[in-house]
Amino acid sequence: MTSLLVIIVLVLLAVALWQLTKIFDLTQVGSNSDRSEIATDDDNNVQGYLMFGFLAFIYIFSIYGLFKWGPLVLHTPASAHGGEVDNLMNITWVLIFIVQAITQVLLHYFAFKYRGKKDQKALYFADNNKLEAIWSVIPAVVLAGLILYGLYAWTNIMFVDEDEDTVVIELYAQQFNWKARYSGEDNVLGKANVRFIEGANSVGVDLADPYAQDDIVVTELHIPKGKKILFKMRSQDVLHSAYMPHFRAQMNCVPGMVTQFAFEPIYTTAEYRELPFMVEKVANINALRSKKSLELVAKGETALDPYTFDYLLLCNKICGASHYNMQMKIIVDTPEDYKAWLKDKATIVSEVKAAMAEPAATDGASGTDSIKTKDTAAVAITAMK
Amino acid sequence: MSAEGHDHTIDHEHEHHHKDTFITKYIFSIDHKMIAKQYLITGIVMGVIGVTMSLLFRMQLAWPEESFKIFNILLGDKWAPNGVMTNDIYLSLVTIHGTIMVFFVLTAGLSGTFSNLLIPLQIGARDMASGFMNMISYWLFFLSSVIMIGSLFVESGPANAGWTIYPPLSALPQSISGSGLGMTLWLVSMAIFIASSLMGSLNYVVTVINLRTKGMSMTRLPLTIWALFVTAIIGIVSFPVLLSAALLLIFDRSFGTSFFLSDIYIAGEVLHYQGGSPVLFEHLFWFLGHPEVYIVILPALGITSEIIATNSRKPIFGYRAMIMSIIAIAFLSTIVWGHHMFISGMNPFLGSVFTFTTLLIAIPSAVKAFNYITTLWKGNLQLNPAMLFSIGLVSTFITGGLTGIILGDSTLDINVHDTYFVVAHFHLVMGISALYGMFAGIYHWFPKLFGRMLNKNLGYVHFWVTAVCAYGVFFPMHFIGLAGLPRRYYTNTNFPLFDDLQNVNVLITVFALIGGAFQLVFLYNFFSSIFYGKKAVQNPWKSNTLEWTTPVEHIHGNWPGEIPEVHRWPYDYTNPAHDVDFVPQTVPMKEGEEVLHH
Repeated sequence: MTSLLVIIVLVLLAVALWQLTKIFDLTQVGSNSDRSEIATDDDNNVQGYLMFGFLAFIYIFSIYGLFKWGPLVLHTPASAHGGEVDNLMNITWVLIFIVQAITQVLLHYFAFKYRGKKDQKALYFADNNKLEAIWSVIPAVVLAGLILYGLYAWTNIMFVDEDEDTVVIELYAQQFNWKARYSGEDNVLGKANVRFIEGANSVGVDLADPYAQDDIVVTELHIPKGKKILFKMRSQDVLHSAYMPHFRAQMNCVPGMVTQFAFEPIYTTAEYRELPFMVEKVANINALRSKKSLELVAKGETALDPYTFDYLLLCNKICGASHYNMQMKIIVDTPEDYKAWLKDKATIVSEVKAAMAEPAATDGASGTDSIKTKDTAAVAITAMK
Repeated sequence: MSAEGHDHTIDHEHEHHHKDTFITKYIFSIDHKMIAKQYLITGIVMGVIGVTMSLLFRMQLAWPEESFKIFNILLGDKWAPNGVMTNDIYLSLVTIHGTIMVFFVLTAGLSGTFSNLLIPLQIGARDMASGFMNMISYWLFFLSSVIMIGSLFVESGPANAGWTIYPPLSALPQSISGSGLGMTLWLVSMAIFIASSLMGSLNYVVTVINLRTKGMSMTRLPLTIWALFVTAIIGIVSFPVLLSAALLLIFDRSFGTSFFLSDIYIAGEVLHYQGGSPVLFEHLFWFLGHPEVYIVILPALGITSEIIATNSRKPIFGYRAMIMSIIAIAFLSTIVWGHHMFISGMNPFLGSVFTFTTLLIAIPSAVKAFNYITTLWKGNLQLNPAMLFSIGLVSTFITGGLTGIILGDSTLDINVHDTYFVVAHFHLVMGISALYGMFAGIYHWFPKLFGRMLNKNLGYVHFWVTAVCAYGVFFPMHFIGLAGLPRRYYTNTNFPLFDDLQNVNVLITVFALIGGAFQLVFLYNFFSSIFYGKKAVQNPWKSNTLEWTTPVEHIHGNWPGEIPEVHRWPYDYTNPAHDVDFVPQTVPMKEGEEVLHH
């Protein structure tokens, strides 16, 4: 099937090439061109019109793209600061489209309009201070506006007041999965370092630290709507990047340091699923999936599950062979649901204790710790495959 | 400096009697024109490899579940069993594609070729300041190319931590397959490459400063020379920093130091590294990495300036503003590297500073774009293939440059960082634009390089298909980036969220395959014209610059007699004081003729 496709494409290409060369050759007929390989008036004419055609292509392709692919881009932001980001983005887009529309027209239209002719004489126009001042100053003024707005938004987003009321959660990255550590009642994360990693203590919490006693480690991220969440990010091995596109949030996770990003979710998962654009998007995706499922079933494979929307945390910094599959589900709950979900989660301290008790009870041998560590690594390796 | 040129002439008469052997003429040549050809052909070979890699991984992205025999043939049983590409080799292809295209094609292939060819010819010099160092520079480049290609064949696979080789991924062999011998070879290759690049750059700078002919003041230099000169300076300032980053990384990898590593737990054990930071590496890398994109694009813009003026039969508009823009861009390029690191974890205050400096670059860039457009206005455009590629460059430079306003703004970068939006942006603004510049230069100076003409109709076909496909590939890519699709994913099938982007990916790949296939037209044209092209005349494009006063057949020392003296700037096209539409730089000013430009 594919080789047939390739052959067809190649044949078509050859035909197209032959035809195009033919067309260009025909433009030489009649002129006493000695095939000097330098553009003649006929060439200038044909190429000038093609430049005009190319302008049409750029315009039509852009407009087609906006209608066809425009709906694919990220829509309503799900975080409080997201509106500001999108606002700045939209302003920038308007400016870009204006400049793009004007400059591309001028460029290609001039290429068409002033295509060379034998008796045409170019204008000797070497400089003009006024013109140059205009197109230095206008961009400078416009950019100054964009810079100011951008910096204002950036400062608002990136700097979190110490005394602001936030929920502190740690995002912990490792090849190739995410974990989340909740700071518990005290809202302070216990100390942690990879050197504490041992057995069930998979994120390296200092179990002796009083602040760590109520910390909870989970593999699915739940956050409450309407509360500002302060994420503290860590990585145990290589660089990762915690990317939460729907919240307009991203920050790298760097081994050896703690990075942070804060945002306030404004739609619960359930609410976001109900937004009209999302209903449409999911319907569209499911139509594509069911079409593909038909093909799969015909081949004797299992059909795809229908898709329901969930917020995602993706890894967005190349981190290894399975980088393409490093993700965690994010669920935005109402504050009540969030509390209920968190309430019956076991603390990391109690989990470690339980895990320690288990092997001790079964074989009671010393040195189980290192064996246990290796086992976790083995499990992790199988998991990543 | 001008007097020296004349003394030099006499010395040179004697040198002419040397008989060249095959080896000194074609292999270990110290003649800048031959070295330019060596750079060009090596660059083209590397370009074919780099582009082919991109077509392979585009096929993987478009049809992730299909099996392709071609994968198995090219990648072998280990990396593409049953014609299905593995995730390791996918990342290798992405990594090596980036490395080859940025450094080997668009730095060495573009700058190396045209600096060597044009600097002596356009300033009126017999050769480079040091022909021997020039030769060493090429052969180091050749050696580094061989090592880079050699790294594709090692057992554990070529480097695959991305062309930015951020540690710890690039430092720890247990983190990814390519960080073993493959990465060692990558680093060795790049270290040699940097040595080569520095030797070349020093030579270019010294030559431009010292060996200009009589009358060739700095403000009479063609803009190509200005661009190549400033590019060489940027290279000298920034490449050593990458070299130091590479050396420190080698220390971390092989000697257990902790420059970039700290607190790492991998494969079940805690490593001893403590106190280093990957962010330091990012700073060092991008201190070269960002100027590097100007090292790539400035020569292309210089070439475009020359070609647009010549083929418009008009002076380039705003010659001095163009020079100022080149210098401004070069200066700013060294203080904007942090815009690659807005979300790296560095202090957000630094992000503000880098946003400010980054957006400033838009001003000189806008000046350049408008000046090109104004140069076309009321011209008498000779739409040769070189001219088409130059106009194409201005088009993609604008389209790609505009989205830089989004990426350079830290607030907006948060959500598009490392998505396909970035890929679309930089491919248009530096990849495609610089390639167009390179093609334009090849079509324009082929007669100077090989004494023959390229077939123009094949050139037209090459341009139009490439132009349509370039937009076809990179325009839709902006949308999938804005949809949140991360780059460097081997497949997107694990994210049903992105299922609706798959059709776009297929379209992009189809355009890429067609565009890639049509580069064969260029290759055919290039290699067949070297031998069978129509013989060139001395000044086919009726150009003003000095290289067209040399004989078509290459000779040592470039000019058979004395080096010509320069009397005017290079852009006196359609000067109203003259009857012809071009007045070469060697033509003395008429009595009472006024200088009509600033």
